[in-house]
Formats: sequence, structure tokens, C-alpha cells
Amino acid sequence: MAADPRGVLTGQHYLDGNHAACEGALAAGCRFAAGYPITPSTEVVERIAQRFPTMGGVFIQMEDEIAASITLQGGVWAGKKALTVTSGPGFSLMMEHVGLAAITECPCVFVNVQRGGPSTGLPTLPGQADMMQARWGSHGDYEIIALCPQSPQECFDFAIKAFNLAETWRVPVMLMMDECVGHMTERVVIPNAEDIEVVERNFTKKKPGEYKPFDAGDGWVPEMAKAGDGYNLFVTGLTHDERGYPVMNHHAQEKLVHRLVDKIRKNADKICEWEEDGIEGAEVVVMSYGITSRVAQRGVEIAREQGIKVGTMRLIVAWPFPEKRVKQIAPTIKSFVMPELNYGQMVFELERCVAGMTRTVLVPHGGGEVHDPQVIANAIIEAARGKN
Amino acid sequence: MTEVAINPVNPYLRMDRMPSIWCPGCGIGTSVNCFARALTQSKIDLKKTAVVSGIGCTGRVSGYMSVDSFHTTHGRALAFATGLKLGNPELNVVVYSGEGDLIAIGGNHFIHAARRNLDVLCVCVNNFTYGMTGGQVSPTSPATAKFTTAPLGQFEEPFNLPYLADSCGAVYVARWTTFHVRELTKAMRDALKKRGFRFIEVISPCPTLYQRRNRLGDGLDAMKYYQEKSVKKNGANTSELRIDFQSEITVGTFVDRERPTFADAMNARYKEVLGPRYVPCPDNYVPPQAKGEGT
Repeated sequence: MAADPRGVLTGQHYLDGNHAACEGALAAGCRFAAGYPITPSTEVVERIAQRFPTMGGVFIQMEDEIAASITLQGGVWAGKKALTVTSGPGFSLMMEHVGLAAITECPCVFVNVQRGGPSTGLPTLPGQADMMQARWGSHGDYEIIALCPQSPQECFDFAIKAFNLAETWRVPVMLMMDECVGHMTERVVIPNAEDIEVVERNFTKKKPGEYKPFDAGDGWVPEMAKAGDGYNLFVTGLTHDERGYPVMNHHAQEKLVHRLVDKIRKNADKICEWEEDGIEGAEVVVMSYGITSRVAQRGVEIAREQGIKVGTMRLIVAWPFPEKRVKQIAPTIKSFVMPELNYGQMVFELERCVAGMTRTVLVPHGGGEVHDPQVIANAIIEAARGKN
Repeated sequence: MTEVAINPVNPYLRMDRMPSIWCPGCGIGTSVNCFARALTQSKIDLKKTAVVSGIGCTGRVSGYMSVDSFHTTHGRALAFATGLKLGNPELNVVVYSGEGDLIAIGGNHFIHAARRNLDVLCVCVNNFTYGMTGGQVSPTSPATAKFTTAPLGQFEEPFNLPYLADSCGAVYVARWTTFHVRELTKAMRDALKKRGFRFIEVISPCPTLYQRRNRLGDGLDAMKYYQEKSVKKNGANTSELRIDFQSEITVGTFVDRERPTFADAMNARYKEVLGPRYVPCPDNYVPPQAKGEGT
């Protein structure tokens, strides 16, 4: 379905990533947002607060991030597409409600403009150290989807993608930006509304009495209903059956959690997305995501100038991870090289998928600035020579 | 064949979930009975009514009501209700939870929901303890009473909930015990018809934990205590409503006033600044394409 033109600011703009992410959300049909100020993410909700009143949207600044992360889910059950926006410390506070969204299958979007951590860390400077938290931060077993834009244009595009994935799979989707991408200003092209593909919520057409809110039938994702439609919904964070009724035993747990996990794992091929270049015949493949993929590109060029055959793989969707593709590439190369603004996060997932078929080299960085491309180039060169 | 009379509150309950988890003598079921009768008497549209709870014994109320029910996380029922109400302004939203949930872990959301005058009815069942977890000290636990986490007797100052709600800006504040079923039903009925942040404290027995540990007898003993020690004072100064161990309990309607709700204030401000450019949140937003109007 095409986008609602009221949310689409068609044209060419000069925007930073945070403003672009806001426009992407509006284009995707987001009409409810709850937030709490936190550097370096606040511009997203500032723009939403300005834009919503003329398009039927509701924004509320809540008393903390714990509140914001569940207020948005109230908005979703009221029938809205909703998001919240935060950074490291706020993301930590939101974790319990990532789990609530997972178990209640509440389609919603969490934007995290990552900064340096831990704790208050580096509020105004970039980091990519929340990548594991995005995947594993809430307790219990569940799956989420995480996207990593590398430019303001992608902040716009991936915000739309995030809402579409949330509606398709009924999971919380994390838009994992970073301070650099959030504050870098570049050209952003916003298409005509009719050229933007938007996934609308799959509201049930069944009658009350026939409809079971958590029955996925033969598929993976149950149809949805919203409050006020006469379905007497029962939505609980407890383990529940197809009716939504709490059931406290291992059979119900197995049935529910199995589906929550498998709806993403078994459909990873449909969800995973990456860009690759020069993999054929490569000695070394550089895997990266977000701002680091742009820095890594320079490192790759330096190494190629030295005659090294370097391929690249850039994660667009970081979770679920492109395990199959990594397993295809691994036996054909000398080494993967993975720069990230942390001391090793996605590289562990890469290492797991590589399963000893080749080497994996982390190029770590504590955050606060981006990598020196030469450092990445050196890691590639050494990997090609089998030295690191 | 003998005709069996149907309990008039049954249509308001999910009968397929009965019996409830509540202990014999517990007051939560009594409060739910009052609430179901208040729903009938107020004649509000049940299809447009949602009950939101947090975690705990009282947190189970939402799941027994035969309306849209949301059993959320510990302490966050009001934050969830904020999204539900603002996302669909035509819903009647009732938050129904215990004092540990609403006032301890959820205290921040409580004071801000009252300050904003969020248009919800907030029913707080106060049984002076954390029941679901086995009888720990709660923010309203009276001094000298014993709890698993205050085995030598509580010594902290208890919260006076009507005073808290009043000072944060609630437009309706009442307190009744589960002995006062008629008064409680009427308070719930009146509050359901009102707009803004409405707060009803329900003093309720916990025979299994609070009373047993403090040698206060069973549910019937609690009723006798409420009957003998409750003093009705409508319009009482809320600062004087403190409850001590087995002390007098002041009951009544203490606050009944008008103030713009969050949505009233938001709509007024945006209309004033934006004029006709302001597009309020539609009750049930349907994108134009879905109605076949757009591209």
C-alpha cells in the first residue's frame, strides 16, 4: 500500500540523520510517539512534536524512558503505529518493555541513536556498543529485528523499513543509529507518497467470538485487533494461550516462545538484508555496519591499492544475522575483518557463524570518534598476509 | 427443574477464567463486584471500555473483566494507559491495580498522570502489603506491623494516598473499604461518569498474609474492624487521612473538582496556535487509501 501523503514531505532536503529518521517514521504512517529527552537522539522527537499536530498524530514527552517504552505500546493497542527514541542509558531503561512487546507481539519501533558507554559515557559522541543489548537486553527468549543505517538517507529509508518489518512480523524493531549518522547532514530525497511502500497493520476481519488474538493458524504471525473494537482482548505479559489467557505450564511456554523465536529464525531469509561487493575471489572480507561501514570503505580502498583482493559485506539488517551467507563465504576466504565502535559485539555472532571455517579479526574501537581508516587497512593487509 | 439465578455481575466477567486466584476473605473480588455493578449503573459503552493493570494480586483484575484487558508490567499500568487513551480518545480507560504496583514501583507514573489530569479512572486496592510475593512491606504499610521484609515491625512513614492524589491534581479522590460496598459502587459509578484523573482507594483485607502475620484474624474480622473504625467524612482535608496500625479509617469523597484534562489542554493550545491547521488525533484513524480515497 502507498504511504499516506499527509506524512510525506516529498522533495530534496538537506537533513541530519535524526530529522531524516523522523520523516521516515511519518512517511511510514507513525502517528503516535512517546519519548524522553536524551542526547544525541532528541532531535527526532523534537521534530515529531513539531510535525504531528498538523497530521493527526499524538506526541507525549513522558516522565522517563520506562514510561515512554510502554506508553508507545498503549498507542499501538489503540490502533496507531508508534515509536520511541532514545540513546544508551534510556535504552537500558526500556529493556523490560522490549520483552513485553516481544511476548505480546506488539509491532513498534525503538530508535536508538548510539553513543559511547557504559553508563553516561560519552553523551555527544558515537558508539556502536548497544548491538548486543538490542538483541539480548531483555530477559527471556525472544527475537527482534535491528537495522543499521549509514547515512541520513538511510535513516529515512530504514525508518520506513522498520515500521514495515514491525507490522509484518509483529515484533519490536530497533533502528540502531549512532551519533555520527544522527548528526551528519546530507541530501535526503523523499519520494512521492505513492512511490513509498507501506505495510499496514493486518487487522482481523473475524467476528468477536471467532477471533483468537494470539492464534497464528498455519502461519507465524497472528492477525491483530485493537482496543474498542468489541473483541474483549486480553493482552498479558504472562505466558498465554491463543486466547491470550495466562497458562502457567511448560506446554504453553514451549508453544508460545517457540513461535516467538521461530517466526524470526525460520524466516531470516526474508528479513536479512546486506550489501556486498567484490566477494568473488576475495582474500579478505570486511564486514561492517552503520557509520563504520563508511569509514571501512576507505580502509578497503587503501588495501586494494596495495593489491589485496578485498570484499565487503555491509549489514543493513544486523539482527537476524546473515548466517547462511557468512557460511557460504567463510570457506573461500583467508579471513573476515570486522571493525566496530565497541570492543567486540557483532564479531562474536560472525565468529559463531564462521564456526572455525576461516579466521575473524576484530578491529575494535571504544567509541567517541570513528576508526582511522588506516588502522582498518592495516588489519586487512595483515589478515591477507595471515599475520594477525 | 430448579431455576438457578444468574449472578448479575457474571456478564462483566470472563467466567471461563473462574475461579479467581484470590484467597478466601480477600477484598479484591469484592471491589470487582462493586466495579461490575458500577459499570452497569453508569451505562458506559463496554465495547469502548478497557481495563489496564500492572502486576500483583490486584493486577489480575484486568484479566477477569470481560472488556478489553491489558495486564502490563509491574508499575507501568498508568504509562500504558496514557498511550491507550491518547491513541484512542473515545475509550473509557480504567487502571486497576494495587498500592505496591501503583505507588511504589509506579509512583512516578502516578504523580505525572495525576499532574497531567490524564482522563482515566484509577482504582487502587490498598491491602498494606505485597500479597503475590508473600507479604512484604509496602508503601502504605503501617508502623509496627510485621512483614517478611520488616520482621521486627515496619518503622517507615506510610503514604497517605488520597493526600498524594489530591496534591498531584486528581479531580476526584475517594476512599472506601470493602465493607462499604454500596458507597464504593456509587463512588465507582460517579467516577466513571466524570472526566480527568479520578482516584479511588479501596482499603481491602489480606487475611492470608497481612492479617495472619499480625494476628488480626480472618476476612470477617477485617469487616468488623472496617465497620467499627471507619469514619465517614466527605470533603475531609486529605492531609489528615493517614492510616496507622488498626487505627481509625477516614472514608468518603474528599475531592470532586473540574480541571482540563491532558487532551483538553493539548487540543486548546494547538487550536489556539495552529488554528485550522490543527488536526486532532482521530478516534479511529484510517489511512485514506484504506477507504479507497487515495492513490
